[in-house]
Amino acid sequence: MTVEAPAKKATADPGRPVVKRRRLTLVQRLKRDKVMLLLAGPGLLYFLVFHYLPMLGNVVAFQDYQPYLGFFNSEWIGLENFTDAFADARFWSAVTNTLVIALVQLVFFFPAPIALALLLNSVLSSKIRRFVQSVVYLPHFIGWVIIVSIFQQLLGAAGLLPNVLDAVGLPRYDMMTDPDAFPWLLTIQLVWKDMGWGTIIFLAALLAVDPQLYEAAAVDGASRWRRLWHVTLPGITPIIILLLILNLGSILSVGFEQLILQRDNVGAAAGEVLDTYVYFNGIQNGEWGPSAAIGIVKAVFGTAMILGANKLAHFFGHEGIYRGADK
Amino acid sequence: MERPTWYGLTLKFLALAFIVLAVAYPFVSVVATSLSTDREIVANGGLVIWPTEPTLDAYRVILAGGDVTRALVNSLFVASIGTVASVCATVMMAYGLSRRGVTGGRFILMIALFSMLFGAGIIPNFLLVKELGLYNTFAALILPGLISAFNFIVLRSFFMGLPTELMDSAKVDGAGDLRILLRIVLPLSKAPIAVVSLFYAVGYWNAFFNALLYLDDTEKWTLPLILRLYVLQGQPMAQGEAFAGDVPPPQLAIQMAVVVVALVPILLVYPFLQRFFTKGVLSGAIKG
Repeated sequence: MTVEAPAKKATADPGRPVVKRRRLTLVQRLKRDKVMLLLAGPGLLYFLVFHYLPMLGNVVAFQDYQPYLGFFNSEWIGLENFTDAFADARFWSAVTNTLVIALVQLVFFFPAPIALALLLNSVLSSKIRRFVQSVVYLPHFIGWVIIVSIFQQLLGAAGLLPNVLDAVGLPRYDMMTDPDAFPWLLTIQLVWKDMGWGTIIFLAALLAVDPQLYEAAAVDGASRWRRLWHVTLPGITPIIILLLILNLGSILSVGFEQLILQRDNVGAAAGEVLDTYVYFNGIQNGEWGPSAAIGIVKAVFGTAMILGANKLAHFFGHEGIYRGADK
Repeated sequence: MERPTWYGLTLKFLALAFIVLAVAYPFVSVVATSLSTDREIVANGGLVIWPTEPTLDAYRVILAGGDVTRALVNSLFVASIGTVASVCATVMMAYGLSRRGVTGGRFILMIALFSMLFGAGIIPNFLLVKELGLYNTFAALILPGLISAFNFIVLRSFFMGLPTELMDSAKVDGAGDLRILLRIVLPLSKAPIAVVSLFYAVGYWNAFFNALLYLDDTEKWTLPLILRLYVLQGQPMAQGEAFAGDVPPPQLAIQMAVVVVALVPILLVYPFLQRFFTKGVLSGAIKG
């Protein structure tokens, strides 16, 4: 594949003056591309060392890994780590919490940027639109530590919400430490942080909708809402489906930073998710093998979800993340 | 098309006003509280909307050379070195792979792109950093995230969109690939490189996950870790000798002052970042 690419290019490029090119040998071509390859070298090294080497490190999932023995001398124990992990009640509690949080976020966070993008798109004054955009994009650039601190100040025991409740004669309520409200708290924080940022991709998709379609629909007597339903939404459906599929792929990873900062506020029973479980069990308690096993299960599950959701999208006649073979 | 109805416009306006206020209000409140005196905080039940007697005492305490000051220096150090390293590595890789037909180029590209789909997981990454001897060093905050595949794609697609005639004619004049990068590509790519640099800088500034995982020594702690210790875990801060005033500033004001110190650099770079989004510089890259 890599050897053929340049030859194809030489014949398929009609714009170049027609000079009959000798086929270069591999050595000649390496010499020609020397500088380019040297420049890409550090990047390649980075991806190999920090993205692919750790994948090999997943072998500890099949070992009784001991740091002083290392990868090569630790005992191989087959699937014992997996069975150990699955036998742990805390693991299943973490799975449940993760899925509940992911579900609440999918239903209540995912549509928020779409709604805001539609609202912004319908604002005619570009000045107002720009202003709102520059305000709502900002929280995306703020780290979770700061965001949780700010929410502590708003909803925490001495914050805005309890004070307002107190002022109107209701009992003080501290949402930050209420285990039942935890998924909702996380979702509210996520909406605050990323609702605005999420609109970018939908606004770009909305710009690409052909204005003639709106005109034609208006001429045919379609009302504002009908145009929204029959022109705008179908126009951005592909991008919605794409993001939905990617979202399903990461359904078992609900923001590690956000969770680990607030897990102790509500206790492990409600606040432990898979990633924090792996962190505490693996890195803090030294249960390397079972924790790595959970990491593998997570990755396999995520990939399966992406492929499955993509199949489903094809089945309903959408493109998904890549075109199906039958298209 | 028909004119928008007045109630439709009012509803839209109210919805947007609510969203803008909901985003902006917390910032105002944090800054106001950080400037407040103890009396005012108690009078307002812990929440100040506008300080009537603003004071910088809280900032004096945290910037007097204690934990927060050290963390601030650490954070600035990591963010500046990290940004320079990341931008250099990303620009080099993006340029190296921006020309079609480079031997092995597609293969390297695939390696970079596939890394976006699969992560190795927390444990193997942690073990790798330990094995490489990076544990408890600032390098552990920089190297594991040196190149973001997303930023790489943004730059590469921009480089590929530059007119090839420029490079071809430079080549005819005898310029090598390196000279083309330095003399032609870089000067033409100031805007996207600026965006990518700001993305990296903000990322390093906010980095909490890597710092939590890899920094054990509190001397090396960065601002997010200190923020967690003092603001979220509520550890009271020693007032030390540094504070010469008679009434020490309230803990809450100090906590909010730490939050403001962590926020300020982001608020400073945001106007530059934001210009590029509303112009849509990135949306082309996102779609392509």
